[in-house]
Amino acid sequence: MHSSVHSSSQGSDTTSQVLAVPLREHKGGLMIAVKATLVRDLTLLLRRRGEVLNPLVFFALVITLFPIAISPDPELLAVIAPGLLWVAALLAALLSLDSLFRSDYDDGSLEQLLLAPQPLAALSLAKVAVHWLLTGLPLALMAPILGIMLALPAGSYAVLALSLALGTASLSLIGAIGAALTVGLARGGVLLSLLVLPLYIPVLIFGAGAVQAAIFGDGVAAHLAILGALLAASLMLAPWAIAASLRISING
Amino acid sequence: MSLCLQARQLACERDDRWLFEGLDLDICSGEVVRIEGPNGSGKTSLLKILSGQLSDYQGELFWNGAAMKEAREHFLANLLYLGHAPGIKLGLSPLENLAWYQALSGENGNEEQRLDALERVGLAGFEDVPAGQLSAGQQRRVALARLTLTPRSLWVLDEPFTAIDRHGVAELERQLVAHAQAGGCVLVTTHHELTASPLLRRISLG
Amino acid sequence: MWAFIHKLGSPKWFYTISAKLQPWFWAAAVLLLVVGSLWGLAFAPADYQQGNSFRIIYVHVPAAFLAQSIFIAMAVSGLVFMVWKIKVADMAAAVMAPLGAAMTFVALFSGAVWGVPTWGTWWMWDARLTSMLILLFLYLGVIALRGAFTSRDSASRAASVLAMVGVINIPIIKYSVDWWYTLHQPASFTLTSRPTMPTEMWLPLVIMVLGFYSFFIALTLMRTRSEILRREANKRWVQDLVNGQVMNVEAEEAR
Repeated sequence: MHSSVHSSSQGSDTTSQVLAVPLREHKGGLMIAVKATLVRDLTLLLRRRGEVLNPLVFFALVITLFPIAISPDPELLAVIAPGLLWVAALLAALLSLDSLFRSDYDDGSLEQLLLAPQPLAALSLAKVAVHWLLTGLPLALMAPILGIMLALPAGSYAVLALSLALGTASLSLIGAIGAALTVGLARGGVLLSLLVLPLYIPVLIFGAGAVQAAIFGDGVAAHLAILGALLAASLMLAPWAIAASLRISING
Repeated sequence: MSLCLQARQLACERDDRWLFEGLDLDICSGEVVRIEGPNGSGKTSLLKILSGQLSDYQGELFWNGAAMKEAREHFLANLLYLGHAPGIKLGLSPLENLAWYQALSGENGNEEQRLDALERVGLAGFEDVPAGQLSAGQQRRVALARLTLTPRSLWVLDEPFTAIDRHGVAELERQLVAHAQAGGCVLVTTHHELTASPLLRRISLG
Repeated sequence: MWAFIHKLGSPKWFYTISAKLQPWFWAAAVLLLVVGSLWGLAFAPADYQQGNSFRIIYVHVPAAFLAQSIFIAMAVSGLVFMVWKIKVADMAAAVMAPLGAAMTFVALFSGAVWGVPTWGTWWMWDARLTSMLILLFLYLGVIALRGAFTSRDSASRAASVLAMVGVINIPIIKYSVDWWYTLHQPASFTLTSRPTMPTEMWLPLVIMVLGFYSFFIALTLMRTRSEILRREANKRWVQDLVNGQVMNVEAEEAR
């Protein structure tokens, strides 16, 4: 129970010694660190293209399942297309979330990230930005093609891509909180979905709503504005929650 | 100018079990402090607490006389921590790995420094090989290259000798002592028996 | 103030003071719930539109109130735990989560039962019911996360962070679900938004709400107390307490 402490100092007079390695003042350089983290994560992911492509293939596959399961009738598909596209894109974005911090946790670089003399929130924001660039953005760009296959009415394609681009950014930020909370758990994947999906609902409502509004010819500005507001709120709050969660997870 | 990391009445409880209690430590310039103890005695937890990763402890930490909470930024700017896992990305080359570590502390650095640091740990010729193709010992050496690349006064090293060959061990040991002689300070856990040196001090847990 | 907070943080102090408070809340809960149920179910007038089936609000509305309040209470406890490292707050948060999930389930179930006479179906994607369902998922997430960690300290912190993230999101979710609902089913009949409810109908409702709250506080105190004993089982004062009780029993048996 009690630990005993024996220390045997062989004595070294160092009080007046001059340090060969002088003590450093904290110098900042946050932008350098953020940029390097962006470059590092981008390089890593681009070298493993499979991981970038998997969510996109998953997206296309899920969209293929619906006409097969429901009906190939274009009129019916056109009605449900906005919702289907949004739900499938959301699940595809969720799929890649588990690996966001996992490899850093496994190889010890997460500890180093935590000990960098930089705000952890900013560094994790850089990691989330890479996740969005290589998951959310490609999904948004791909969605119009799948929209054609679901007979999505004309005039809503640009809104679909734009709403997905805005929305998936919020999804990446919110999802990263869940990923950070579960990164220390051996089987965090399913739990991650359970934690994160309820929080995705507002984004889903306004994202799919924007596409529907575009189809009905209503104004989409309000929807997009709310999506933007959700993104702004996530940008402000999520990095702190991610940082706090990472610190918890590193404790094991 | 000297540096001092102090702990007062440090205690760590992990799920109703005290790993250690009432620990008073003074880790100052010019010392190599080795934490000893059997497996599970809390060596890694102690290093994590002392390096500011674990907040889950009782007692006080001081950095150069100031409470750790206030001095944390200054502390981190002078800390080099190497954990159990080397923290090396297998998909990146040693050069790229080191570049990220340099940038994390807010410096751009340059390629020459990095090449030089890699050469010193015996990795000349492997600079651009993806780290995944290196052996475990070579990966560890990439991490150890940070000791020369990003000079910090306080080194906290958790089992740094893992997977290193005999020649490398001797070299690293010399490096630790030289760092202490130069007024730096080293905190280390290892199963490897360190050569006796007047600068070496042992702390036993458990 | 500071000293008070820390005193409150001592499990032993909380254990003692909660022993004194607990009976009062139990008494209030029983009294209010009995009076409220009798009044609401037997004496309040029937609704002119829904007849007697409206009486389910005397369970549904208090449960729904409580379901939301407990989540807020849980998040506040989490915040207190994270900021001041007060363990009792975390113990309270830990016991609140299942209670909150249960209350959410009661609200959902009573809503579904109510749906049969009102809508002719067990489930409608009504705004309130949908928000309640999402709240249930949030509760399940917090409970599952706490259970997933092997280290209790990390589990406590993780659950606290998730509860705080959840509580920030609840109003956003509620707002967006309401918005979604009005967009898709405009001007439909909602369960409880009756602007004018006669006094003899809402007074028992208020009593029921207060009764539910008292019941919740009493139950939380009780379960926090057993959580304290469980977590502090190897602390001196708990062992003294147990030994003392054993000795009392032995003394009585000897007599």
